[in-house]
Amino acid sequence: MSQIYRLAEGGRIDRSRTLTFSFNKRKYQGHPGDTLASALLANGVSVVGRSFKYHRPRGIVAAGVEEPNALVQLGTGARTQPNLPATMIELFDGLSAESVNCWPNVDYDVGSITQWFSPIMPAGFYYKTFMWPARYWMAYERVIRRAAGLGKAPTQPDPDIYDKMHTHCDVLVVGGGPAGLAAALAAGRAGARVILVDQQPELGGQLLAERAVVNDEPALDWTNSAARELAGMDDVRMLSRTTAFGYYEHNYVALLERRQTGPSNTANGSRERLWKVRAKQVVLATGAIERPLVFADNDRPGVMLAGAVRQYVNRYGVTPGPRIAVFTNNDDAYRTVLDLADSGVRIAAVVDVRTDPVGELPEKTIARGIEVIKGSAVVRAKGGWRLDTAEVMALDGSAETVTGSVRRIPCDVLAVSGGWNPAIHLFSQSGGKARFLDDTACFVPGASVQAERSAGACNGAFALADCLAEGLAAGASAASAAGFTRKSRRKKPAADTVGEAALRPFWVVPAVGGKRRGKHFLDPHNDVSVADVELAQREGYESSELTKRYTTLGMGTDQGKTGNIHGLAIMAGMRGVDIPTVGTTTFRPPYTPVTFGAFAGRDIGGLYDPVRVTPMHRWHVNAGAKFEDVGQWKRPWYFPQEGETMREAVDRECLATRNAIGILDASTLGKIDIQGPDASELLNRVYTNAWKQLAVGRCRYGLMCTEDGMLFDDGVTTRLGENHYMMSTTSGNAARVLAWIEEWLQTEWPELKVYANSVTESWATAAISGPLARTLLGELTDIDLANDAFPHMSFQEAHVAGFPARIFRVSFTGETSFEINVPASHGLALWTALMDAGEPYGITPFGTETMHVLRAEKGFIIAGQETDGTVTPIDLGMDWAVSKKKDFIGKRSLNRADCVRADRKQLVGLLTENPKDVLPEGAQIVSELKDRPPMEMIGHVTSSYHSANLGHSIALALIKGGRERTGETVHVPLVGGTLTATITDPVFFDPEGARLRG
Amino acid sequence: MLLIHCPWCGPRDEIEFKYGGEAHITRPTEPDALSDTEWADYLFMRTNAKGLHRERWVHSAGCRRWFNVARDTVTNEIFASYKMGEKPPVEGGS
Repeated sequence: MSQIYRLAEGGRIDRSRTLTFSFNKRKYQGHPGDTLASALLANGVSVVGRSFKYHRPRGIVAAGVEEPNALVQLGTGARTQPNLPATMIELFDGLSAESVNCWPNVDYDVGSITQWFSPIMPAGFYYKTFMWPARYWMAYERVIRRAAGLGKAPTQPDPDIYDKMHTHCDVLVVGGGPAGLAAALAAGRAGARVILVDQQPELGGQLLAERAVVNDEPALDWTNSAARELAGMDDVRMLSRTTAFGYYEHNYVALLERRQTGPSNTANGSRERLWKVRAKQVVLATGAIERPLVFADNDRPGVMLAGAVRQYVNRYGVTPGPRIAVFTNNDDAYRTVLDLADSGVRIAAVVDVRTDPVGELPEKTIARGIEVIKGSAVVRAKGGWRLDTAEVMALDGSAETVTGSVRRIPCDVLAVSGGWNPAIHLFSQSGGKARFLDDTACFVPGASVQAERSAGACNGAFALADCLAEGLAAGASAASAAGFTRKSRRKKPAADTVGEAALRPFWVVPAVGGKRRGKHFLDPHNDVSVADVELAQREGYESSELTKRYTTLGMGTDQGKTGNIHGLAIMAGMRGVDIPTVGTTTFRPPYTPVTFGAFAGRDIGGLYDPVRVTPMHRWHVNAGAKFEDVGQWKRPWYFPQEGETMREAVDRECLATRNAIGILDASTLGKIDIQGPDASELLNRVYTNAWKQLAVGRCRYGLMCTEDGMLFDDGVTTRLGENHYMMSTTSGNAARVLAWIEEWLQTEWPELKVYANSVTESWATAAISGPLARTLLGELTDIDLANDAFPHMSFQEAHVAGFPARIFRVSFTGETSFEINVPASHGLALWTALMDAGEPYGITPFGTETMHVLRAEKGFIIAGQETDGTVTPIDLGMDWAVSKKKDFIGKRSLNRADCVRADRKQLVGLLTENPKDVLPEGAQIVSELKDRPPMEMIGHVTSSYHSANLGHSIALALIKGGRERTGETVHVPLVGGTLTATITDPVFFDPEGARLRG
Repeated sequence: MLLIHCPWCGPRDEIEFKYGGEAHITRPTEPDALSDTEWADYLFMRTNAKGLHRERWVHSAGCRRWFNVARDTVTNEIFASYKMGEKPPVEGGS
């Protein structure tokens, strides 16, 4: 028979519709309005999973986000989600879920044998056992991970989309229970822009679980009218199924909105939204979370929180079992007793640790003839597969021991309440320090650090009347602080006050005869028991933060929302201090788990980072170029022809450029336009060499250092006019160099009259290079290209192929080269014209790889390849570009003791013994070869290529005192054997530079 | 996510800015006259303030202007933003 524990009436479920779902491959039925947990309970499913470490059978404990046991894997395939609490999954037709953490299934779990070994798996077990020898850790880890694993991540790409929303409001109210609704009403009526967020599908919070009365009507009628009023306000936004999970600086609060419940669909567009809200004022009305009492084998399926039992009865019309016992230290659990009794559920007995419960609710209970066993405690939950008996003993006066005989109370469910913990998570994240209330034995918010206030149960005000009053006051004061003070004459919600007696602070039931038998779980999610925390204390872990990490208390996906405070109480008891002295661990975001999809949003795939392409990009694609990423740029890497390997293509491109003509798309080079009467002065300060004598129309190569003397960037800068320069930077550093110049101009040299502006994307640049470059250019322009009319390192404005162009005669290849810049919109046309006109000369497009080989043949460095932030221009042998006279950024640092050491790494060339061997870039170099490491490493390879022009491999390297070691033999030990090389000058080709000047 | 007042653009999210370290460190006018120790003090040594700290920020995804902020490093409260060259409006701290 299905739904055996569904009550005949009651609950906020739609009984007219039946939903079919499967759990662990068995079919069940439920109704709209159910959660997976309530539907499982309705069907009498008591074991829903296995515990993390000992693989003990576990049942549903809670009805909300705090659920530690009932974690399931929802769905299959690309949309499967691991580790969702069944209490938060809204039931839908066709839902399919499975228990996590059991193999092969929940009924026969191989891992459960670990519980027989539990005496040898104490706190810190992994640290103690698997520490040594270290090389075995990898093997241990694989086994541990398989045994301990929770759910499984999907292996396919996520088919859904996720959005990010950014918004502002005057008052953000977190929580749609009585306090939050009252706060939102008060703030909204005052005229403030309000956002009200609630994690449930419908508003009401704890009222959904209660048979409460507001304004003399059922509380949910008031909830509905409040929701209607809020919906009618223009400046109020209500977000349901939305969790405020993070509270950050300056009232920045992150929300996760779940937009698709039920079967995966795309009807709503995105599946989830990550909201980032900047609120002027925040009202926290996040409610409270019930805490258990701890006794032997308190993880037996059937042991639940009393408030959760009440919620299943009142909200879902489900009783978790036919015969329910209650164990409490407070009056609130009697609400559960009375509601159950009203619904006709049999109460086995109420066990109260207090000797004389005098509140209204216990009195009503007793008056109804329900047995209340006072001054007693449940010492053990017994049962095979699930709970069948609660063993009860009397407490002595101090509650330090249990005495007398054991009374066995048959029951299917034990509803436990140790009081309620205010949900102070967001308050703590806001930076506030919690304060301990002795009479309710709980932490509540202390002084506010940010512009926020707490109201209702999260503030320690548990009574409904107090929740409403605090909510109204908090909403009004938040609105007022945000500048909204409009008065309202609307009726204030009110509730009757119930006379509740004080709870008796109580955490762990004393052991029978002083010797603890069975397991007393504090954190069922991570299988952390009282004994673990006690052991940690004996081993000296006095800090709650250390005890947490050593025992893993509260480190599961539920973050210990139910049982953490018991751990603190045990620590306090053993240390002889009070709980606030022990202190809570830090509450960190997220309050509940957030999907990676929500964090990633739409910033995935092609939208992860902007892709920059040059005006000639389409031509390169059509030519079959292979691309490489240079910063955000896509640059042609090489242009393979049919059947060519990369090596063959690069060799061909290199030979063509040295012997005829090559063409490179150099548009990505950074271009900064610098203008103003102090432009020369600026360059003189940021470059290491002198700039004041550069003639108009001439180019100069310069090095930039940071203030510590380390090379930062290099490039050629051209004087276009008296007060006008064009600076070029490396492709990857263009933005950094501009920011660098701006920083110095604004912060140190505001007196300089000069502007700097990025013009990188305004120009397209085609660089033609090789012995026939001049001939080709001559066909496309009118100006005199003779060597004395247009010498190396100079600049001309001209028309090229009909386009207005700036031509720079500069060379990175070592050949005669012209970098032709045209407005970006003409880039493709210029490129095409050059290719057409160059065809008779064998013009060959080449990419970054060939560029790297050609420049390495010449010993030209690449900033970021030969340098890594620890290399000075002197280390690179570039003293010729470093002024001795003027000051420049980094100059003084070049004289620091560390920068003038003789054994600094210096740039050298390397030639391998076998000319065919190409050293791997990054390889470490040793001078003295030993049989095995360690060996003294004297340097590393920075660039290494096969050079088709030279017929052998070449490499650049940084080697300690390298210039003095020219001619020495060094070794490069590699996995497959050791290569031997000779230290040389870093210039391998045309050292006189005759070709580039010719 | 700090809310930072740019003196030119007003309050903006931290993501629009870049941090520039401790403020009011003036580059020595004659670096060559300094000992290695004095130069290293300018180059490397910074105050690690607990509490009031004056620091540089740049509105890199906005107006690209550098300015100074007086911030409490414990609470992240920002007391003031002020332009380069202006005197700090908040007394005390380091």
